[in-house]
Amino acid sequence: MTSTQSRPAIAATGLRKSFGDHVVLDGLDLNVARGTVFSLLGANGAGKTTTVKILSTLLGADAGDAQVAGHDVAREPDAVRAAIGVTGQFSAVDKLLTGEENLRLMADLHHLARGEGRRRAARLLEQFDLTEAARKPASTYSGGMLRRLDLAMTLVGSPQVIFLDEPTTGLDPRSRRAMWQIVRDLVAGGVTIFLTTQYLDEADELADRIAVLDRGRVVAEGTAEELKRRIPGGHVRLRFADPQCLDAAVAVLDESSRDNDALALRVPSDGSLRSLKTLIGRLDDRAIEVEELSVRTPDLDDVFLALTGNPTREKVTTR
Amino acid sequence: MSAPALTGPAPASLRFHPLRDSATMLRRNLKRMLRYPSMTVMLVGMPVVFLLLFVYVLGGTLGAGLDGTADIGAAAGRAAYANYVAPAIILMTVAATVQGTAISIAMDMTEGIITRFRTMHIARVSVLTGHVLGSVIQAVFSLVVVIGVALLVGFRPTAGPAAWLATAGFLVAVTFALVWLSVALGQVSRSVETASNLPMPLVLLPFLGSGFVPTDSMPAGLRWFAEYQPFTPIIETLRGLLMDEPIGNNAWIALAWCAVIALVGYLWSKRLFNRES
Repeated sequence: MTSTQSRPAIAATGLRKSFGDHVVLDGLDLNVARGTVFSLLGANGAGKTTTVKILSTLLGADAGDAQVAGHDVAREPDAVRAAIGVTGQFSAVDKLLTGEENLRLMADLHHLARGEGRRRAARLLEQFDLTEAARKPASTYSGGMLRRLDLAMTLVGSPQVIFLDEPTTGLDPRSRRAMWQIVRDLVAGGVTIFLTTQYLDEADELADRIAVLDRGRVVAEGTAEELKRRIPGGHVRLRFADPQCLDAAVAVLDESSRDNDALALRVPSDGSLRSLKTLIGRLDDRAIEVEELSVRTPDLDDVFLALTGNPTREKVTTR
Repeated sequence: MSAPALTGPAPASLRFHPLRDSATMLRRNLKRMLRYPSMTVMLVGMPVVFLLLFVYVLGGTLGAGLDGTADIGAAAGRAAYANYVAPAIILMTVAATVQGTAISIAMDMTEGIITRFRTMHIARVSVLTGHVLGSVIQAVFSLVVVIGVALLVGFRPTAGPAAWLATAGFLVAVTFALVWLSVALGQVSRSVETASNLPMPLVLLPFLGSGFVPTDSMPAGLRWFAEYQPFTPIIETLRGLLMDEPIGNNAWIALAWCAVIALVGYLWSKRLFNRES
């Protein structure tokens, strides 16, 4: 496998897929470097799951090429399957079996020796905080526990490339943080992670590179910072105690937009210390009392809206 | 945390291990059966209920009519009918078991674990062979119980050890064939409810054959169907083996049917499993 080390973990060009006359993927290009987290960000129905299905050999593309771990997904599906692990949106565990039995099942299917399988199962149970529940049927697990077991099962075979299809959808905030930490640990161990999510903060938090998917096409790609830089929208928000202060501030600060109900003022700013000093200086000169000051830089939410337009707005969740 | 990506076995060997994987899947299915015992109870219970119904409620009258001759009395009729109906009930036991196969296959298909198996480098057919082997074992268990109950209610087979051995082998062959068909039926149904209904004809077919009454008592059209449908030679072979009666070429016709059903079931199942999800 050393010869493939320098090649990208995932490379796709011109992937197309339609179901009937409904076009799901419309010429998708992807390039994911080894050992990185790549996030495919999009609203429901943007084509995220279809992309994962094609890359994980579950579905054939109508057109285009894709290589995963150096192997063509259409021509060498077996080699691809030997190199990947998939944790889908819906838990892929056997609910009638216990957590431990599920892991041992994976160990057996990867043809690990008995002792090695048992050790690996025990280690993963420990690592994913499931030791206590190891001997209970998976049907009794909570959503967060199922998702952890699901990912632990994916890891039994030591995959090089892991697909995580919306790994935190439906999880409570604590389980979500735990899942994020697991992903960070995995990447530190050298795995490549292909993560789909509809949560902007998740992509921001985890991904080295983000591709924004809209109606089956990548509409933007880059690091979170690069994407944020592409759009304006940074500002300082000032809140005042009474309308007089607000009026006084509007008089000194041009380009600002006021919100009378909230007694607030929005002043465009790049958020740098220098610009804040200038701003505060001007307010101090006139002795204008400011109740609260907050700096807001554009987040991926703004990026997403700017890139994909409004129709999908209500489907994107920003938690 | 250790580095899972780089320490594991290199995926250099892309060889498949169908036997080992099938054994793993069989263990999984046996565990599932133990965790879900109500299914097994239902699958054994149905043929037992039919057996009791036919022997005690209908047996006196039906048995008296078997030879089409004289009035032999209810008790004698019941005893005669127990012997006549037992092979049909035995076949019904197999049919009930494969109905269970279809249900558990359909349950499996709706769960994410099958999708996981599809993305893994395993011998794909093992997902199905695990079910097939599990069902054959379940059928053997059910058959032992049902034949035991039949013996208690008056079934008096005259088979010797060799004939019993042949019966056991024949029943395994029939089960194997019907299970493969059922694996396909379980996959073709989009829901667990459909899966429990699709194999229903298998449970009813013994009625439309020589299972419960001799075919020559039926109207012409039905009789034609009854004589040529696959379950009639199967039942006649069982009856011949157990009651030490002449079998004729029924055994070969039955085995040929089994081979055809098994082959169709296997190819259809394999095709369904490999279709895109």
